[in-house]
Amino acid sequence: MLPSLSVNTITSFFNAVSRRYRRILLVLTLVFGSPALLADWALNMREGITEVSRETYSLHMTIIWICVAIGVVVYGVLVYSLFAYRKSKGAVPAKFNHNTTAEIIWTFIPFVILIAMAIPSTRVLMKIYDTEDAVMDIQITGYQWRWQYKYLSDKGAPVVYFSNLATPAEQYENFAGKVSAEKGENYLLEVDQPLVIPVNKKVRFLLTSADVIHAWWMPDFAIKKDAIPGFMNQAAVIAEKPGIYRGQCAELCGRMHGFMPIVVEVKEQADYDAWFAAKQAAAQAVADMTSKEFNREQLVEMGQTVYTTYCMACHQANGQGLPPTFPALAGSKVANGPIEGQLDVVLHGRKGTAMAAFGTQLSPVDIAAVITYERNSFGNKMGDMATPLQVYQLQQAK
Amino acid sequence: MATGHDDHHHGPAKGFTRWLYTTNHKDIGSMYLWFSFAMFLLGGSFALVIRAELFQPGLQFVDPNFFNQMTTMHGLVMVFGAVMPAFVGLANWMVPLMIGAPDMALPRMNNWSFWILPFAFAMMSSTLFMDGGGPNFGWTFYAPLSTTFAPKSVTFFIFAVHMMGASSIMGSINIIATIQNLRAPGMTYMKMPLFVWTWLITAYLLIAVMPVLAGVVTMMLFDIHFGTSFFSAAGGGDPVLFQHVFWFFGHPEVYIMILPAFGVVSEIIPTFSRKRLFGYDSMVYATSSIAFLSFIVWAHHMFTTGMPLAGELFFMYSTMLIAVPTGVKVFNWITTMFKGSISFETPMLFSIAFVVLFTMGGFTGLMLAIAPADFQYQDTYFVVAHFHYVLVPGAVFSIMAAAYYWLPKWTGNMYDESLGKLHFWLSFVGINVLFFPQHFLGLAGMPRRVPDYALQFANFNMISSIGAFLFGFSQLLFLFIVIKTVKGGKKATTQVWEGAEGLEWTVPSPAPYHTFSTPPPIK
Ligand code: HEC
Ligand SMILES: [Cu+2]
Repeated sequence: MLPSLSVNTITSFFNAVSRRYRRILLVLTLVFGSPALLADWALNMREGITEVSRETYSLHMTIIWICVAIGVVVYGVLVYSLFAYRKSKGAVPAKFNHNTTAEIIWTFIPFVILIAMAIPSTRVLMKIYDTEDAVMDIQITGYQWRWQYKYLSDKGAPVVYFSNLATPAEQYENFAGKVSAEKGENYLLEVDQPLVIPVNKKVRFLLTSADVIHAWWMPDFAIKKDAIPGFMNQAAVIAEKPGIYRGQCAELCGRMHGFMPIVVEVKEQADYDAWFAAKQAAAQAVADMTSKEFNREQLVEMGQTVYTTYCMACHQANGQGLPPTFPALAGSKVANGPIEGQLDVVLHGRKGTAMAAFGTQLSPVDIAAVITYERNSFGNKMGDMATPLQVYQLQQAK
Repeated sequence: MATGHDDHHHGPAKGFTRWLYTTNHKDIGSMYLWFSFAMFLLGGSFALVIRAELFQPGLQFVDPNFFNQMTTMHGLVMVFGAVMPAFVGLANWMVPLMIGAPDMALPRMNNWSFWILPFAFAMMSSTLFMDGGGPNFGWTFYAPLSTTFAPKSVTFFIFAVHMMGASSIMGSINIIATIQNLRAPGMTYMKMPLFVWTWLITAYLLIAVMPVLAGVVTMMLFDIHFGTSFFSAAGGGDPVLFQHVFWFFGHPEVYIMILPAFGVVSEIIPTFSRKRLFGYDSMVYATSSIAFLSFIVWAHHMFTTGMPLAGELFFMYSTMLIAVPTGVKVFNWITTMFKGSISFETPMLFSIAFVVLFTMGGFTGLMLAIAPADFQYQDTYFVVAHFHYVLVPGAVFSIMAAAYYWLPKWTGNMYDESLGKLHFWLSFVGINVLFFPQHFLGLAGMPRRVPDYALQFANFNMISSIGAFLFGFSQLLFLFIVIKTVKGGKKATTQVWEGAEGLEWTVPSPAPYHTFSTPPPIK
């Protein structure tokens, strides 16, 4: 593993050299990318923070070194032959084309090496597959294109929430050379609400999907498991170090596959408990909100936020969509027709299309807000509104 | 590449109908080769769109949905349009010449199996211009992304795959019939050149798995249009079933793309080492074992789907086993060069690079076989680097080696050796700059099939893209060299290469339109 260059090392090196050379260095830096780009030359897998991830890492290193050793011998003989037996140096070809002993040896030796590799691999695999005796279960559901985390505990209000990409579109949309915002440090690897788990506790993940296949990958846990619609996969982790860890969806899942990161925050037990209590209180508050009265302006304002997070990827910021795949909402018959029709589409989705059923994903307030927003934006002027209570009743009726 | 030698009363017809109606194995071979080169440029230009978008973080050029169409079409065009037809073209030209047969056994079917292809690919490429765009679900087209969530054009994609499958099956039936029935008297199986052997085995693999591919796309068709739920859990089906069926085809498919390459380098290395191939018998046995193993390793592509532990272990062990026969082959090639008398003409350079870089791909393949480690590699750029190392400096380099090796026999002219070497070195440097850094990207955590990435992946992506453009544009030089050779050049002798052995080197250069009308004597 080579040491990775950090911006700091570069800057201190920069300051250390005399003024005369600064210019040259500056040019070199520009040639090889801005200092931010130089920041990382990571070459290897991370060791991670679990027993399993460290053992996986050491399997990985062992097999690399075995390959290097074989490579040295094989490439060594090859390079030697290419130099020693050149026709231009007057080499005369030998006549042999068979040697049973050699052939038996080089069939047998790889076999032994393979068995030597298979044993530790089997051991680690069995450990990875042991998901028994977890202290808590979290259901992870993949959606196009966000993750939903649901804490399966029977006490108090249920804690269920979505974890969305937090990097704003201005940072990644650079079409036609447009740069409207500087890319942040955790560009594309940041979310609005991370998954939170306690340190040193065995946590079991139950993975599934609401639409296509996704894969939940957290390199620092050495966990990559497919989230498959209609199936429930399992994985377990005992995270040994508090901190923030980042991964991504690893299975092609449609247009925004590259934009559904995973962030896990590992907290000390006390911090975790406090976080969980706060989450439960917030869930209670959302439930209470449903019975609260809102006026249209309030709903439109809240609806815009919901729209940006949940609908914009397909229907676009200006409501024009990307026809024919994703229809425009501006001027659409549904958003400008009877409100029941729109409630139906948003709550239940359209089967067999990318339009998902948001009734199970969003709170009644959010749904009422986004529908009201859509009916009164992008040039749509319906002047009416949906109420959280109306949405709640429809959700219950189903 | 084809030659218009009128030395019999029935030489080739004139004009376009010659190509449309031809049943001549040399004409058809040439058409396959030109077609595959055209597809290579098309698939390559898709790859350059991908690498241009990935040159820097951020979305600069294409919408993510179009990006997905590019990754999908790049894979499909390269696998089914470039690599497979190129090998069928080589088989058409060389198998009859190598076994002393007058033509392929089923010449009319030969014509048909070629002419299906341009239509299949025209149809598949046209989806890019349809409402909703072309296939955007990866060349592995996993359900339900490729069924419930697919663009409308998926039906055309399915039909195109059916056509390609029909073409491949007919091509392989023809190759099997030719090899088994038309060998010159005295050419026993164990006297056949290795290229013929590897193609015979490949053809059986093709017959075994192309129907499976046809089956899986037909099931998709039914799910999409006729209300079945093979792959939809909501209707009692199983999305993982799709992957099992696909990879039961898909894994042998990767050997279909590499076994003929083994055959090619097993011809070329002895010629330029001026020494017989080491371990001919074990080469045949190793090829057969690889073919057998290729049927029982498919689920190593699916380690993360949540298979039971026992399944996981079985597929891990069987996959590791493949290293044994593959190792035998590499050792044999190197021992062939050992104590030879080596010269470095362009075909030899490509073949040596094949041995070196294919072995690299073999090493990463071994790493990927280790299931627990695979959890970290799966669906990252590490896998992308692995399979490009076996497919580009593997399959593609062997095809280029074959083209340079047999071009004098096809055209009667020697190619320009210094241009050939230049092409080799540009390709060699380009390919390594392109794919080597992708190992690092994958290990550091970059998933494949993403149009944008986190900032820590920026450096190696930029380097990789530079390599891609270098490699891509170098291939225009190849086109230039081939055209130049077809047009003229130093006249080739019958033997062409000092160390060459085999029946194809006993007919004049260029090979006459009809050869071996009477079978040659076999020593
Ligand atoms: C994954 C992409 C996607 C997302 C995200 C998405 N939609 Fe849609 N939406 C669609 C598609 C596709 C259709 C058209 C379905 C069809 O073909 O009938 C659609 C249709 C609609 C329609 C009906 C439009 C018409 O004229 O038929 C409404 C209303 C709508 N969506 C609202 C929303 C809201 C509100 C959200 C966010 C909470 C949202 N959509 C998020 C893809 C999406
Ligand atoms: Cu995903």
